[in-house]
Amino acid sequence: MSNGRPPAVALDGIAKRFGAVVALQRVSLEVGDGEFVCFLGPSGCGKTTLLRIIAGLERQNLGTVRMAGRDVSALPPRERNYGIVFQSYALFPNLTVVRNVAYGLETRRMPREKIRARVDELLEMVGLSRHRDRYPAQLSGGEQQRVALARAVAPSPALLLLDEPLSALDARVRVALRGEIKALQRRLGITTIMVTHDQEEALTMADRIVVMNHGVVEQVGTPFETYAEPASLFVARFVGRMNVLAASATERPGYARVGSMELRHRGAPVQPAGTRLALAIRPEEIRVGAAARASGDNHVVARVSGVQFSGAFARLTLALSGLGVPELECDLAGDALAESGAKEGAELPLVLPADALRVFPEPAA
Amino acid sequence: MARDVAAVIPERLVARRLDGEQVVRGVLAALFAAFLWLFVVYPMLHVLWRSLLDNSGRFVGLANYVRYVRTPAIAASITNSLVVSAAAMVLTVVLAFVYAYALTRVRLPWRGALRVAAMLPLFAPSLVHGFALVYLFGNNGLVTRQTGVNVGIYGIKGIVLAEVLYCFPHAVLILSAALAAADARLYDAAAALGARRVRTFLTVTLPGVKYGVMSACFVVFTTVITDFGAPKVLGGKTSVMATEIYNQVIGQQNFTMGATVSVVLLIPALLAVVVDRIVQRRQYALISSAARPLAPGGGPVTRSALFVYCALVAAAIAAVYVVVLATSLVNRWPYDLRLTLKHYRFDTAGGYTALLNSLETAALTAVIGTVIAFAGAYLVEKGRTPGRGALYLVSLLPVSIPGMVLGLAYIFVFNAPGSPLNRLYGTLAILVISNLVHYFTVPFLTATAALKQMDSEFEHVGASMGVPFYRTFWRVTVPLALPSVIGISMYFFLNAMVTLSAAVFLVAPGTELAAVAVLLMDDAGDTAQAAGMSVLIVIIGLAMRVVYWALLRGVSRRTQAWQATGEQA
Repeated sequence: MSNGRPPAVALDGIAKRFGAVVALQRVSLEVGDGEFVCFLGPSGCGKTTLLRIIAGLERQNLGTVRMAGRDVSALPPRERNYGIVFQSYALFPNLTVVRNVAYGLETRRMPREKIRARVDELLEMVGLSRHRDRYPAQLSGGEQQRVALARAVAPSPALLLLDEPLSALDARVRVALRGEIKALQRRLGITTIMVTHDQEEALTMADRIVVMNHGVVEQVGTPFETYAEPASLFVARFVGRMNVLAASATERPGYARVGSMELRHRGAPVQPAGTRLALAIRPEEIRVGAAARASGDNHVVARVSGVQFSGAFARLTLALSGLGVPELECDLAGDALAESGAKEGAELPLVLPADALRVFPEPAA
Repeated sequence: MARDVAAVIPERLVARRLDGEQVVRGVLAALFAAFLWLFVVYPMLHVLWRSLLDNSGRFVGLANYVRYVRTPAIAASITNSLVVSAAAMVLTVVLAFVYAYALTRVRLPWRGALRVAAMLPLFAPSLVHGFALVYLFGNNGLVTRQTGVNVGIYGIKGIVLAEVLYCFPHAVLILSAALAAADARLYDAAAALGARRVRTFLTVTLPGVKYGVMSACFVVFTTVITDFGAPKVLGGKTSVMATEIYNQVIGQQNFTMGATVSVVLLIPALLAVVVDRIVQRRQYALISSAARPLAPGGGPVTRSALFVYCALVAAAIAAVYVVVLATSLVNRWPYDLRLTLKHYRFDTAGGYTALLNSLETAALTAVIGTVIAFAGAYLVEKGRTPGRGALYLVSLLPVSIPGMVLGLAYIFVFNAPGSPLNRLYGTLAILVISNLVHYFTVPFLTATAALKQMDSEFEHVGASMGVPFYRTFWRVTVPLALPSVIGISMYFFLNAMVTLSAAVFLVAPGTELAAVAVLLMDDAGDTAQAAGMSVLIVIIGLAMRVVYWALLRGVSRRTQAWQATGEQA
């Protein structure tokens, strides 16, 4: 990332309001050359607004946008040098696949043969050469998506912006296209920013994820960092699945009270006893069966209230008696299910490993 | 908390460097604004102002209005207008409702022919419907002579009848659209719950078309109250507001009273339009996208009864055309019924020059009007055009301006001594402009609707690739909107062919129009020539309709490939 060149995109203190509604509160961010960054967050978190500000389709109230060191804040979209794929694809319905892809090249006084060669190359790359003379309406959703992608990168822009590009597709096509987009991005080495509300999409595709909520960046990190070390309770809940227990601080450092029990956790700055906290643990981090007998702290007995077997793994729903907490979810490898002895209605000993119990200094509710 | 943050963030946006495209947009918007100001707002302000002056130009406040309501002969025009409009509205909507119901909800034989018959009145000026009634029921009408019964067609009765004929297609169009947009699931539910037919009609059908009925009422009411042709022919001694303006201005050269009546006439028209806009906005929410279309049905009794009804109505409409055609083709209606073409050798009121002028005016109106309406709608609907809200509102205004009022306003503005705008007066250009304005709102809204349907990101995609907006407009937006464009130009053309009200004030020697010629011929007692001219107007209208129909078919064949939804998706 830091090879001496200025970042491909640098946002500094971007703020945006629509009347009394604040969409973005002073967002600052850098995207490195060739990097694939995802803006991830629930709808209304400001991620699309931020993308549109970068694209110049929306004007911010404060802050600057730089591209490769150049301040583009005052430039119209036409002069910013990016390609964009919208959620709706916005393919021109009256133009064939070829004409769509060539659209951005035709105004550049490029010789006809060069345009042709470039379009052929791109259609080859996205595997649509045989559909070149079709109209968009004659293509499947996934094929339309690829045309939109080819059209966006055809003029060789410095930056590729993707606005929820996969959300209109079937689940299976979506998974396949994730890989394709990522491969195309790697091959072209093009700096890419993608907006999505699908955390799985962000985890599988991004080099770095920018998690946003209420117009604020909650965390910036690699997929692994955001999953393993969520910076806030919001990130913990939004990225991946997470069990959250309402807790309160105790006199004993490193321990928190959950219902009638004290659980040891990862440790956190000492809070006055009684302060409301949230403990969080991922479903796959809960130990059951033989693994539960081995280790020391945080032994709990739960009643299995549901078993969902789905092949590679199984999800248990566990009711913790007497702790005053709602049910926990616990994921097991499929073959560990029988060994664990988990059956609906059975009592199951389990351990909530202290080093997996994250603490957040905010109420769980 | 959000409020505290909002207080820190300034209201204004980061400055954007002025770029060429924004300048082009600004210039176009300024041109559009200038058009609307010069030809809509400014003339209307003039009428308003003139109604506050006396004939020597002194400010007299509301004195003219006081005189208007205190002079019984003129004041009667208000009551007459309201009575005629209300009666015509009720009659038209009831008759059209049954007709539209039969067309959309019942499997009738000859549906296509019945549909076409209902649309015929669109092709003739309103005064032609008045003539037909005179030729049939007037003092020397065919029916009067054959039966010896004089129904007394002159006066309110006759005007209402002519207006019903004239407005019938408008009401049928609106009501058919409302009745066709039914959700079959509601009828299934009603049937499953054991509702009988009358109950289903009252609880499902009527509520479903409530807004359509209201809309039809408003359209008919406004059309009637602003119409000049039919009351001119049939009014006799009964004057309505539209004819009163004519009498005051042309008959008595009393421009201030003309302006006063005009302003009063604006009120009901403006009200009707505003309420109609509100009602229409509600209607959109009624039909969900999951609705299943209702298949036409009906038992044998219903079907025969409704067929007889429709056939009678269609025959009545057709009778208008047959009578007018016959009058123009016989020696002397109804005394000497030998065939002749001599009435087509027009010797007054401009004759064929008037017809050619009408054609030229209609063609220019169609071309220029389509460009302005579509480009205007584009500027308002797409992209950041400065002042788009105001442009939109002013674009809605023309539909509520009665033609007579517009014509009078143009006299004030374009026939004022010493004004540079004077050059337009007495040219075909002023007639084209008055048509553009008079019929502007509907095409503008049609274009807006077509543009709203398009993906709002087309322009953004173009911009991201460095393509200027006008190129994307030309290569994508216009081709996609071609069916609407064709529809818009047809609307302009057909209306320009038959319009009379504004034109009657604006024609000059050398710029006579066919519809005005019909009026003048009739005034001069050349009934048969008036009929002949009417026939030619209708023929040209029908011919253009066929041309447009062929065009539309050609376009839709071409666009089918784009719309073929991917089966493999």
